[in-house]
Amino acid sequence: MKHLLDTQALAHRDALAILDTAEEMTAVSSREVKKLPTLRGRTVVNLFFEDSTRTRISFEAAAKRLSADVMNFSAKGSSVSKGESLKDTVQTLDAMGADAIVIRHSASGAAAQLAASDWTDAAVVNAGDGTHEHPTQALLDALTLRRGWSRAHGENPRGRNLAGMRVLIVGDIVHSRVARSNVWLLRTLGAEVHLAAPATLLPYGAETWPVTIHYSLDEALREAPDAVMMLRVQAERMGGAFFPTAAEYTRRWGLTDERLALVEQLRLGATDSPALILHPGPMNRGVEISAAAADSPQSRILDQVAHGVAVRMAVLHLLLSQRQPDGSLDE
Amino acid sequence: MTRSPETATVMTAADIDRALTRIAHEIVEAQRGVGELIICGIPRRGVPLAQRLGAKLAAIDPDFDPVASVGSLDVTMYRDDLRNSAARTPEPTQLPARGIDGRTVVLVDDVLYSGRTVRAALDALSDYGRPQAVRLAVLVDRGHRELPLRADHVGKNIPTSRSERVGVRLAEIDGLPAGEEQVVIIR
Repeated sequence: MKHLLDTQALAHRDALAILDTAEEMTAVSSREVKKLPTLRGRTVVNLFFEDSTRTRISFEAAAKRLSADVMNFSAKGSSVSKGESLKDTVQTLDAMGADAIVIRHSASGAAAQLAASDWTDAAVVNAGDGTHEHPTQALLDALTLRRGWSRAHGENPRGRNLAGMRVLIVGDIVHSRVARSNVWLLRTLGAEVHLAAPATLLPYGAETWPVTIHYSLDEALREAPDAVMMLRVQAERMGGAFFPTAAEYTRRWGLTDERLALVEQLRLGATDSPALILHPGPMNRGVEISAAAADSPQSRILDQVAHGVAVRMAVLHLLLSQRQPDGSLDE
Repeated sequence: MTRSPETATVMTAADIDRALTRIAHEIVEAQRGVGELIICGIPRRGVPLAQRLGAKLAAIDPDFDPVASVGSLDVTMYRDDLRNSAARTPEPTQLPARGIDGRTVVLVDDVLYSGRTVRAALDALSDYGRPQAVRLAVLVDRGHRELPLRADHVGKNIPTSRSERVGVRLAEIDGLPAGEEQVVIIR
């Protein structure tokens, strides 16, 4: 694995290697010394052409916990606003000695283009490209689901996938790279994926995805999912009218207090532990998720944030320690 | 044409058990009182060896509590060869809840070779606390040190050439019957 561009092409083996590594990385944040020397002397560049404070600081925290040097490049107020091309920007960063480039861009495929180019030798991590993919978000969701499932079943999470889990993703699928990355990754890991969304917020061709689609949230909840993932209503990506009003959306598609009562009845597999509520953040409280649902004991939203740092540490570690085909010996 | 590798058994299951028993006695002798002792295995094969040492220590001195005093310390993220070796998935680090500050930590590994794993372990340990002393117990010392380190307790010194490999086959890791455990040299 040289780059992490998407989850669609991510092999089961590599996904598990990332999750197992991340599992150990979660322990680092509870230690007295919250730092590992692994990437000492390496440079990670956060190249953000789109605003995203949460993802950027998560990558920054991950790189710093591994002792890498971090450079943050945001398009606003930079040479990009003066008209510099992606190629020139990247070649400039390469000349400064970047070992990994974490890129967030509004164009789908920007990360893949960078990885395929000869502009840089750096490892490329896709931190969200247009409406295409956001692989580290899906990986942190998978880590959260696996930990919740394993804890409920009293098992060691290491090495296991998500077989046996039913995950419901609700809301704005069409604009959501998080949903796309999750669909591919959760399927690779053996989970059953259900989507619930208004027809206007489902992408063209979604019926060919390996998922079950529901046009009613209440109907989808009756399928007894083990986890419910609420997506943010992305007002900034909606030029047109995808639904009549926010209140109408909440009434039909929001995790309201009434629906929370239903979700409270759901269980993780055959255990007594309650089902999980996830949200990639930032939340629109009162729109797609009620305050009571967001703060409920079933909510794993803050765990997701902590797991985000662990997953990104794992990805940077695995991309920046080289793999050699001969596989040297462990002695 | 490739020749299949030649292997020679240098320790049998009984030899391994005897060596661990002797090391356990040496550890007790070197340490006045076992109450402050922490036995810490380096994954992967150091971990079951540490657990066996813990059981033997408890048999020698009932003051030794294996549950509260045996742990594992993963060193993957502290290695100095990450750039030119295969990416590894770290193994769990589980140190006893009472911590390592002011105690004597005995690091346990299967094979001592270049000494780089032990160096990484010393770095890792210092991120968890400040032990009063750190000692090293290994099942096999095969020589060819690249760092100024030595083991305090050695199961067996096995002279090797650099082209040879030493394989330690343990029941817990390699899934074989306890009686078939062995240490082999692969030429």
